[in-house]
Amino acid sequence: MNILKFFTAGSVDDGKSTLIGRLLYDTDSILADQLEALQNSNRKNDDGTIDLAILTDGLRAEREQGITIDVAYKYFQTDKRKFIIADTPGHIQYTRNMVTGASTANLAIILIDARNGVVEQTIRHSYLVSLLGIKHLVVCINKMDMVDYSGEVYNSIIDKYKVLAQQLKLAAVTYIPVSALKGDNIVQNSERMDWYEGESLLHFLEQVDTDNLDKSQLARMPVQWVIRPQTDELHDYRGYAGRVLSGTFKLNDRVTVLPSGASSTIEKIEFFDQTPDAAHAGQSVTIHLKDDVDISRGDTIVNASALPQASKLIEADLCWMDGRALDTSIMYLIQHNSKVTKCKISEILHKVDINTLEKHPADEFKLNDIGRVIVKTADALAFDLYDDNRANGSAILIDSRTNLTVGALMFRAAVE
Amino acid sequence: MSTYNFDYLDELEAEAIHILREVAGQFEKPALLFSGGKDSITLVRLAEKAFRPGKFPFPLVHIDTGHNFQETIDYRDKMIKRIGEKLIVGSVQESIDQGKVVEQKGKNASRNALQTVTLLDTIAKYEFDACIGGARRDEEKARAKERIFSVRDEFGQWDPKRQRPELWNIYNGKIHKGENVRIFPISNWTELDVWNYIRRENIELPSIYFAHEREVITRNGQLMAASPFLNMDDEDVVFRKQVRFRTVGDMSCTAAVESEATLIDDIISEISESKISERGARMDDKVSEAAMEDRKKGGYF
Ligand SMILES: Nc1nc2c(ncn2[C@@H]2O[C@H](COP(=O)(O)OP(=O)(O)O)[C@@H](O)[C@H]2O)c(=O)[nH]1
Ligand SMILES: [Mg+2]
Repeated sequence: MNILKFFTAGSVDDGKSTLIGRLLYDTDSILADQLEALQNSNRKNDDGTIDLAILTDGLRAEREQGITIDVAYKYFQTDKRKFIIADTPGHIQYTRNMVTGASTANLAIILIDARNGVVEQTIRHSYLVSLLGIKHLVVCINKMDMVDYSGEVYNSIIDKYKVLAQQLKLAAVTYIPVSALKGDNIVQNSERMDWYEGESLLHFLEQVDTDNLDKSQLARMPVQWVIRPQTDELHDYRGYAGRVLSGTFKLNDRVTVLPSGASSTIEKIEFFDQTPDAAHAGQSVTIHLKDDVDISRGDTIVNASALPQASKLIEADLCWMDGRALDTSIMYLIQHNSKVTKCKISEILHKVDINTLEKHPADEFKLNDIGRVIVKTADALAFDLYDDNRANGSAILIDSRTNLTVGALMFRAAVE
Repeated sequence: MSTYNFDYLDELEAEAIHILREVAGQFEKPALLFSGGKDSITLVRLAEKAFRPGKFPFPLVHIDTGHNFQETIDYRDKMIKRIGEKLIVGSVQESIDQGKVVEQKGKNASRNALQTVTLLDTIAKYEFDACIGGARRDEEKARAKERIFSVRDEFGQWDPKRQRPELWNIYNGKIHKGENVRIFPISNWTELDVWNYIRRENIELPSIYFAHEREVITRNGQLMAASPFLNMDDEDVVFRKQVRFRTVGDMSCTAAVESEATLIDDIISEISESKISERGARMDDKVSEAAMEDRKKGGYF
């Protein structure tokens, strides 16, 4: 059994929280005491049935305002798969929270209110899906109960959406007409829309292929920690501990250590009490090298025959996440996996109007702005392009005055 | 592409190890909060996997309410001996003796809330900049919102509206002096995942997790272990029952469930079929819909 991580997006009131509540409810994932709390809550639907949205709106302010402010994570499983859901806020001022929820997801669900069709928010959220390189997208046309479960309404919306999908180069898009409130096509196929021949949402989520997600063949492991017991019996022990981002390392593979460029051979791979022959993407292991090379936290061990980019000047998409605007005159910190170095945003190439998708020249970058910049780093980073290797192609910006995470970077090209 | 076996427990484990190693790499004085419960016991196993054959780059810290199940303390001491790591104990009794907190009164009195003060004092005394905890997002609604690296101000407070964005698997542990980060490596695990992991790894647990007979009373519809720490009066009828505990906390606020589950397999099937969440067995969370959010804002784990 494996895990599928997905997030939900859509305008306020399109029914994201209700949809998640429905998935949990119809898969029997809500326990009796939680259900009791729901029944006792004074937030109810108009017809007196329980409001499933309260399951995810966890903060007092959210319940009071009836909106989602921050990402809530929910967990459920079926016989086929485990699911981690990020319920993300739709409001434009919480875009950064949505990006947080989306950054670890491998599938996105975008909700569209059948009464409203494609709106500005749909465009913005779809843009974020393409920007963040989410491989699978499900577009749910929700509230079908309010348009008499009409196939014409549904078709006219998805025809519009297909134009947008093409414009954004969104590859795998699946469309499903649903009613989160009534449960149509969420877990069971709806009898009220016999014109729809596809699967229910849950069925789709259970079988969507995750194997082809993030499967770069390039072996990369950032070193997080050097294990050196320095005891008598383990005097010369030196293990490089880290998580394999992508690809596979095997015993006797030639590897290069970046940024130094030193090379060596893998002598041993350790995982606690085991010594496997290979370490694969996703695994946290300890690697031993044959030669005595100088390696510390922040260095990256890579396959010697498939080197990443190594550059101090990188073109990247930037999503700004702080109330204080970007200042191109000051130094920030950039964190790329376990490596932290100083940097400057040396140039703003353009900003994207995320409602119209038009690019504009710009000289300022404010909260939730997205666009293309040039980052100049103090130390060279060993990176891959985001679209090839999400884990090694992304970084965050930290403002050293406040220590806050102020930006998300997706690497698009090495400059020079 | 080569295929390899990497199921969901492997994935959760690898993620947690990655987080623990980030703590080691990013902080000067981290600590692992050890409660004696199954979640923190799981953290200890994960730390072994992250750092052996080296030592843990942090001590274990136990906030001792003085109202413990003896079985937990015995387990703790035996475990510390086995792993050979340092243990620091922060005592709630000491905080009471020093007049920093006042014992609650009445039937529902518990020391659970008092722990926060002792925890913050212990953090200040040892200048810990990061505290690793075993909280999971599936436990409770406010937890479901929390980041893996969760920054607390110098008063230990969590501000849910000012959480840092947390992107990909990149964790920003930068803080100002006096601030502190709570770190939750098993955020993405469910209760069942923890049990399945304990079974797979063959991890020993304190005996109170398994069905045993003990003296209990009924309080607010729940079974509580009869003990000197519970304010009992003539109305409380003590009787014997076959029970086990789903979480291990202060004796005065941890309810027992009736159970026949004496083996880990029994527990796993019991939980899979159970219709009550684990937090439902904690009286302290029942008080209000926002009980946990409020306690976390105040500095609770
Ligand atoms: N009629 C109808 N109402 C719905 C449906 N889905 C959600 N709603 C209602 O729309 C409102 C907003 O839903 P909510 O889940 O909070 O939206 P969110 O802001 O996207 O999380 C609530 O009153 C829901 O009951 C649906 O399929 N049909
Ligand atoms: Mg919502």
